[in-house]
Amino acid sequence: MTVSYEAVIGIECHVELKTATKMFCGCPNEFGGEPNTKVCPVCLGMPGALPVPNRVAIEHMIRAGLAFGAEIPAFSKFDRKNYFYPDMPKDYQISQYDMPLTLGGTVKYWLEDGTMKTCRLTRIHLEEDTGKSSHAGSGDGRIAGSAYSLVDFNRAGVPLMECVSEPEIHSAVEAVAYLEALRLTLLQLGVSDVKMEEGSLRCDANVSIRLHGAAELGTKTEIKNMNSFRSVHRAIESEIARQTALLESGGRIVQETRGWDEVRGETHSMRSKEQAHDYRYFPDPDLVPMEPLAGAVERVTASIPELPWRRFERFTAEYGINPKQATQLVATGALATYFDRVVELTKRPQQVTNFVLGDLSRLANESGVPIAQSKVLPEALAELIALLEAKTINSKIAKDLLERMWAEGGSPASLVDSLGLAQTSDVGVIEKFVDDAIAANPKVVADYRAGKSNVAGFLVGQIMKASSGKADPALVKDLLLKKLA
Amino acid sequence: MSSDTIDVRYVAKLARIALTDEEVDKFGAQLGDLLAHVNALAELDTSLVPATAQVVESRNVERDDVVIPGLDREVVLSQAPQRQGAFFRVPRIIAE
Amino acid sequence: MALENDPIERSAADIARDVNAGTISASEVVEGTLAHVDAVDARVGAYLTILHDAARERAANVDARVRSGERLPLAGVPLAVKDNMCLTATRTTCGSRILEHWIAPYTATAVARMLEAGCVPIGKTNLDEFAMGSSCENSALGITRNPYDLSRVPGGSSGGSAAAVAAREAAIGLGSDTGGSIREPGAFCNLIGFKPTYGRISRYGLIAFASSLDQIGPLTRTVEDAALAYDAMAGHDPMDATSIDRPVEPAAASLRRDLHGLRIGLVREFDTEKLGPDVDKAYDRAYAELKALGADLVEVSLPTADYGLATYYLIAPAECSSNLSRFDGVRYGLRVDADDVQAMYERTRAAGFGSEVKRRILIGTHALSSGYYDAYYVRAQKARTLIARDFETAFASCDLIACPAASSPAFAFNAKSDPYSMYMMDYYTIPMSLAGLPALSVPCGWVTPAGGVEPMPLGLQLCAPLFAEPLLLGAAHAYERATMHAVKHLPLVVSGARA
Repeated sequence: MTVSYEAVIGIECHVELKTATKMFCGCPNEFGGEPNTKVCPVCLGMPGALPVPNRVAIEHMIRAGLAFGAEIPAFSKFDRKNYFYPDMPKDYQISQYDMPLTLGGTVKYWLEDGTMKTCRLTRIHLEEDTGKSSHAGSGDGRIAGSAYSLVDFNRAGVPLMECVSEPEIHSAVEAVAYLEALRLTLLQLGVSDVKMEEGSLRCDANVSIRLHGAAELGTKTEIKNMNSFRSVHRAIESEIARQTALLESGGRIVQETRGWDEVRGETHSMRSKEQAHDYRYFPDPDLVPMEPLAGAVERVTASIPELPWRRFERFTAEYGINPKQATQLVATGALATYFDRVVELTKRPQQVTNFVLGDLSRLANESGVPIAQSKVLPEALAELIALLEAKTINSKIAKDLLERMWAEGGSPASLVDSLGLAQTSDVGVIEKFVDDAIAANPKVVADYRAGKSNVAGFLVGQIMKASSGKADPALVKDLLLKKLA
Repeated sequence: MSSDTIDVRYVAKLARIALTDEEVDKFGAQLGDLLAHVNALAELDTSLVPATAQVVESRNVERDDVVIPGLDREVVLSQAPQRQGAFFRVPRIIAE
Repeated sequence: MALENDPIERSAADIARDVNAGTISASEVVEGTLAHVDAVDARVGAYLTILHDAARERAANVDARVRSGERLPLAGVPLAVKDNMCLTATRTTCGSRILEHWIAPYTATAVARMLEAGCVPIGKTNLDEFAMGSSCENSALGITRNPYDLSRVPGGSSGGSAAAVAAREAAIGLGSDTGGSIREPGAFCNLIGFKPTYGRISRYGLIAFASSLDQIGPLTRTVEDAALAYDAMAGHDPMDATSIDRPVEPAAASLRRDLHGLRIGLVREFDTEKLGPDVDKAYDRAYAELKALGADLVEVSLPTADYGLATYYLIAPAECSSNLSRFDGVRYGLRVDADDVQAMYERTRAAGFGSEVKRRILIGTHALSSGYYDAYYVRAQKARTLIARDFETAFASCDLIACPAASSPAFAFNAKSDPYSMYMMDYYTIPMSLAGLPALSVPCGWVTPAGGVEPMPLGLQLCAPLFAEPLLLGAAHAYERATMHAVKHLPLVVSGARA
């Protein structure tokens, strides 16, 4: 390559909001189910039916907007976006055109090495989802070549947040990191399940490239059909490579929509039906404007938890946790809160990290119970760490205790007492164990003295075993080496 | 204000109504007439006037997020021009 | 009047009083009405669907409720429902091929409230397709004739409900009014045609034509009946986000005997001379009657009202172009098959909609389309603001406004072949619709139109400020009682059938 290009990427996400009911009617908002069973006159677009907005969906929008530092305009309205499609019951979509519920804002995200990045949002607006068409008669379920389509309206009318970023992302890695931060934030705000596999998070990417340092944007293509973070990564990489190769061979990029083909690992052109879309947006006369009141906005503000990116920053900068572990810790809000509480009690962030991401995570995986909901309360874990720090117990005992606490709960200090697990540092007692071990293993002792110093470990094990694990391992080693010398 | 012509074919395509050539001519003439009448609105000075989309002055009309029973599937599908099992069936959708 | 004791002649108020008193049962009222409908409707054509079984069942239910001690404001009152309002398990067609066989799976709020108040639905009435028209001639499913002269139209779009009530085939007809569709047929058929304030009566279950203008209201033979129907239907509905959440002051209690202390505005720009000497004179007499009843007549000005028609014919089609998109052959209604879905849409909608509906969808699509939106749609919305302001200014110096309800008495079939001449029928009613104001037409005299032999009724339109329905109905009641214009002629179809 003689010249170098910079990719410029904007991401458009559609996120289904987590509510009990659909956006404009009382039908349940649930994934799946028997086709056409979660429908009513409103979400089927029956003649005469009218939409009434869901209060919780609007609150979710405001919550999300505030979390990203967006402006919540004093006036907002719903508009109709007119186009015909079989899975869109009214043949218009209730959406928001020029006055969305939130404007601007910033998504802060981080890369694997801990670098913080920001990407501004253009807007987040509220709309209704469509039903689902499945294409039949072609054998492969694709629209091209299908003979007919089957429509299920269960999803029609589910509240959908459209979150549009500015073109400020510059690589596939950044795109995925952006999406991950967005996903975590929305999840922890409780506004969506954000499950890509269930379609509650769907995203398109606008990709263009330009010469490094160029001010103007190149011609962009819109990439669709990416259904996992992995495919987002692959699709963007592939599209950047395609555009680069095209420009380098003297070609021109055509502004178009391209579909990602997971199997072939490339994007392909999706021809546009109407030369120009003419959606004829106009204010929906069935709905009245929204004027989010200051009081309501304040209430929502108060309910916003600490966001994942802020926690990540704090865990890495203040606690010195490495980026990989910090990423794992902020993956769920409850875990991060649990972690924070234990750190607050112990002031030992790295040790807490080791427990949380080590033994506790293993126990959580084995049992299916999340750490924050387990019987090991933060106070109990803090106590365990304190016992370890005070050398009241050693790490082997700590491990056993944690298993017991996971199963039964309770305070580690009282368990140590009642089970007599406190570490023995009595030189007289330990000396006896050491002497016994030396006497019982003459061959090993001979080997050691002959220069095989690594066999000492075996003897330490024997001594620890004889003490039921309670002997202070450091003291054991110390005494043993002295006696063998 | 716009001219009194209307691209009937384009508009009919957007509105998904098939028109014969005769209808294109007939509607073109009739709608041209109507546009000539509505163009009288250009005489009004509306530069400083806000638009009225709705005469009601209500704001923030919202519904509680509570499930209400919907329609029985058989009732819904009994009206379908074409159904297949539990689905509405439509002719092929041309790839866009 | 000779037919005073015949149940079909009686007002809704009288029927409800008698049914509640037990002197007649709802079933008897309904049997009498159905027999009359069966006898005359072949000539009138008011109904698209007659609900014999449902009516009998509902009447029995009303009788049971009355027997159990309930007192229903509209007990046993025969009701005609315009066929753009849903009634569950009943065919609801909008007068269109595209919905000809559609069975509604739910009931409109306004209809449900009338039934709850004791009404018995006799049938679903004809209308201009999707309520677009002023004569009922745009129905794809039948011809409705004016009971006062069968060679003339009943008006529209609520022509079927108007004809039904005029021909005594129901005591109350439900209509919908977008630009005059209750008031004009009310005037043509010698009835009270009442459009309340926009948002006063729920639109849930009313098949939309133009959402920001559509309003349900009654067509009745007396003002008192209109007030009873209004009292039964008005009020907030959580299923309609544009329905107004504000207490309703009952109108039936506000009916008055005179107009003393009321200032009634006559609109300077509404020159009735152009309506012809007979009509002009009739309105002059009507205004004199208002004065004789004690009203102060004052001149008011509505300078932008003349732009009402142009404003309306952008806003209403724009909304309708979007509202009617859902008739696409996918979920219900007509489908004309094709190889692909786009062709299916185009053929279905070509075959399913009539010319007037197509014209309005096309003009509305144009008004909203890229490059024209600001010039047409936004400008019309701004003109709408100016028209509403005109009324606000006018109501600073008067309590009610009086003017014609239509540009002529009922005309002969096929008399308005040019669309714009038909649109002109609503010249006097459209401005009120754009401003969302309550307005009604009340019979104010008779003229024999050129070329006609029968005297035809004229309607006086009264319009009040927002939410002033009690004042409006109260004044109309005083005028009706003092002048008794409505009872000067019986519809031919009734006097003929009963002779």
